[in-house]
Amino acid sequence: MKQQGLDSKADPTGEGVQSLFEYLHAEMVTYVLSKADNDKEEELSRLEWMGYSVGYRIIERLSREWSRFKDELDIIKFICTDFWSTLYHKQIDNLRTNHHGIYMLQDNEFRLLANIGSKGSKQYLRESPRLLAFSCGLLRGSLANLGAVSTVTAEISALPSCIFHIKVQRM
Amino acid sequence: MIVLSSTWRDSKRHLFKFSQEMSRAGSRLDSKKVNSELFTLTYGALVAQLLKDYENIDDVNKQLERMGYNMGIRLIEDFLARTGSGRCYDFRDTAEKIQTGFKIFLGITPTITNWSTAGDEFSLCFESNPLTEFVELPDHCLNLKYCNILTGVLRGACEMVQMEVASWFVQDQLKNDSVTELRVKFIKRLEDAIPAGED
Repeated sequence: MKQQGLDSKADPTGEGVQSLFEYLHAEMVTYVLSKADNDKEEELSRLEWMGYSVGYRIIERLSREWSRFKDELDIIKFICTDFWSTLYHKQIDNLRTNHHGIYMLQDNEFRLLANIGSKGSKQYLRESPRLLAFSCGLLRGSLANLGAVSTVTAEISALPSCIFHIKVQRM
Repeated sequence: MIVLSSTWRDSKRHLFKFSQEMSRAGSRLDSKKVNSELFTLTYGALVAQLLKDYENIDDVNKQLERMGYNMGIRLIEDFLARTGSGRCYDFRDTAEKIQTGFKIFLGITPTITNWSTAGDEFSLCFESNPLTEFVELPDHCLNLKYCNILTGVLRGACEMVQMEVASWFVQDQLKNDSVTELRVKFIKRLEDAIPAGED
């Protein structure tokens, strides 16, 4: 039957769910912006907070089947490789740290920016940071549940590449 | 935005260049499952945020529907590109295509049942629903149509293929029904939206 033919080839890799997430994410960004009181400074803390709660929960489910992490760096490496590639198709391209709680995660083609501009396009550079707030929260939440309380900020200099700065608070 | 201090930038000996082969052997993450959970949890966080932002639960339902509508009008392009399917020749065909859509985007196959005699209404029954996977409704949220985004998605997507439909939940597992049932009703064809010269 025609129906079954469609079904069997429908989405073997789960791409559909991924793009559904992208649509939902776009709607959340629009919603948060519509709720923001003054438009001069974009009020993205709602997005960041939603990301945080998602990150906190998702990592709980992922890390259940994972062996214990040795140290903070080990946690960050897990985030950069397996975690990132599962959520965003690819690994973090570059990780740097000063070994004192500051990490710089560079993704040269971040998925949520990939459709906005390519090859260093600057056209939507000003509007792009709002697409990163959720992911910053996601990172912060994930790290928090792995025991690393941190602040996460993001920086874009040319699309679709971006850098996440993680600053882990030392107790 | 953080500006890295110059002392930090210069401390070359501390720099740790990341190697790409750090991924551990052993348990790999199941990408499809994780992404589905990401969607579920993200949707949950959104609903929680809306409940915080709006005092009235009806407003939350409306807002979810509106967001779904916006998603639907984009999602239909994605759907058509993935399936290569053409125009629906009747509403039964539409029902099957909607079913396929659920398969593609949520990985579930709802059953199509309860056709009205006129053939303009049917139900989609979900035995499991990824949207509600980790969800329990607290008592003060009984009015909440948790999955209302789906009704918006259907409306938006169908509108883009010149069909006006309405949909609503008649049963909901979150409210202790045994299945979740989404009723879909054909309202009318949107003839005017077809540009001249196209079929």
